[in-house]
Amino acid sequence: MAVRRRGGVQNYPDVPVDLWVTCRKCGGMHYRPEFEAALRVCPSCNYHDRLDAAERIVLLLDDPGHFRELDADITAADPLEFSRPNGSYVDRVAKARALTSRNEAIVCGVGPLQGRPVALGVMEFGFIAGSMGSATGEKITRLFEHALRHRLPVITVTASGGARQDEGLFALMQMARTTAASARLSEAGLPHICVMADPTLAGVTASFAAVADIIIGEPGATIRFAGSRVVQGTLRRRAPVEDHTAEWVLRQGMIDLVIPRRELRETVARVIDHLAPAPAMAAAPAATRAARV
Amino acid sequence: MLEFERDLDELRDHIAELERDAGADSNSHVARELAVLQLELEARTADIFAHLTPWQRVQVARHPQRPHTQDYIDRLCSDFTELHGDRRYADDPSVVAGLATFEGRSVIVVGHQKGRSTTENVERNFGMAHPEGFRKALRLFDMAERFGRPVLTFLDTPGASPSLDDEKRGQSWAIAENMARLARLRVPVIVTVIGEGGSGGALALGVGDRVLMLEHAIYSVASPEAAAAIIWRDSDHAEEAAVALRLTAPDLLRAGLIDRVVPEPDGGAHRDLDAAATNLRAQLAPMLQELCAEDIDDLVNARYAKFRAMGEHQHVPTG
Repeated sequence: MAVRRRGGVQNYPDVPVDLWVTCRKCGGMHYRPEFEAALRVCPSCNYHDRLDAAERIVLLLDDPGHFRELDADITAADPLEFSRPNGSYVDRVAKARALTSRNEAIVCGVGPLQGRPVALGVMEFGFIAGSMGSATGEKITRLFEHALRHRLPVITVTASGGARQDEGLFALMQMARTTAASARLSEAGLPHICVMADPTLAGVTASFAAVADIIIGEPGATIRFAGSRVVQGTLRRRAPVEDHTAEWVLRQGMIDLVIPRRELRETVARVIDHLAPAPAMAAAPAATRAARV
Repeated sequence: MLEFERDLDELRDHIAELERDAGADSNSHVARELAVLQLELEARTADIFAHLTPWQRVQVARHPQRPHTQDYIDRLCSDFTELHGDRRYADDPSVVAGLATFEGRSVIVVGHQKGRSTTENVERNFGMAHPEGFRKALRLFDMAERFGRPVLTFLDTPGASPSLDDEKRGQSWAIAENMARLARLRVPVIVTVIGEGGSGGALALGVGDRVLMLEHAIYSVASPEAAAAIIWRDSDHAEEAAVALRLTAPDLLRAGLIDRVVPEPDGGAHRDLDAAATNLRAQLAPMLQELCAEDIDDLVNARYAKFRAMGEHQHVPTG
């Protein structure tokens, strides 16, 4: 059980590779083509499995071919010359880049959502647990600033373990920086919609994500402030996992909606239309370069 | 008492004993010996505190006798009127906030408050604020803007309170909303890290036009124990984490993440609360005057630019 919880969608060693997947939450086994067709939503427990940034962009935009990525060349520096027992930060970043084909833990850009241009930032959990370092913060801040310049609504999709410890206080300051950028967008009367996917934790929950105008949780997503390791480390007691799902946070009054993945695009488009009626698509910067999705 | 302070304390006891024995008849021999010992104490104190390891600084920053927010308010301000409650849920004793006069000017002061005794620490939740503490602060930030009063904040927390009840009441939201508000607040804001600046719980009071830090204070993305729990999966590695995180005032000044280091009296702020407060006043007073004279639009724009610049990244070719 512990292995399933930690490991994500895994293949049993004795079944043909790729044909079957097991649910990260309930451990149920599903026929992969059906699971994929259901947008990776578990038919047994309704857990919405993690998507990578590319899958997310396909899910959210009308035509991902018209997604124009911004600041794809920005990547992490190593301000603290940080090393963990299991390797240096530089190595971790290099591995993450190789693994995800991304240079940072978020993919930002502009693209069409139901016929209108939106600024979209999607976190890449596979990149050092989607943690927020300086380069991540830089890209998020630039996304908000781009949206402000071109008067676009912003959609962020969070999937993150929180602030990236390897950058020390630099990482903490990304909370202030991205939140300030979101606050400035808000002053200009432009909406920020945040989709909190599994997991949304700590320094990301408690910064730009929480100040969004509308917050949508994905079913079953873990959304919380203190990660279980931190709770164990400081309070010396285990934190129960079941208390921190999107549904629970919704009941506490902290988020607006929990929406099934299949209805996400339509819902996001609808709330944006209410808050910021769409200008003509032509008014936005031309979506030229095809995205790598 | 901290371990590296033990030798100093023995010397201090010895001096006190000699003084007591010498009593009224202060013959020159004893007086001379006392003077020598006093000099030695000062030299050894200066030497130890000039070479504190990061972990020793963590211990100094957490010293139970270290001046806390209320100690600074008492020494820096007159007619402090503490205001309570967030008007939503409760009053949180781990945050003190109120109106006060500083250098002839009405200000709003807000800070994390740790306790000295165990009883007081339980009441103050060891300086770990609950959402209602941050929302009390937010209420006062709003009031500061409405009445055009500058804000002084004091940071001294291991981190925001991480319990299930805090999650229930929206700890993440409370922190984020405070940062957003402070980032755009249309009055001057000066932040001073007086002890422990721990994580988001510190930053919730930490967005301002200037950020000062006491010489032996620490400021970190997570407490060393929490960082060790995340990185080593074991909070017993806190000492290593303290080194790796570069959480000391000189490190952070070099990194450009804080503006000023406020010198502490010999042997640390806990040795002389009055001197610590005097040093802080000397930095705060002209700074506040300068900020109050600035155009508020310029100030808010400069505050955005200040935090906008915090971070290091690089560019790589894309395929």
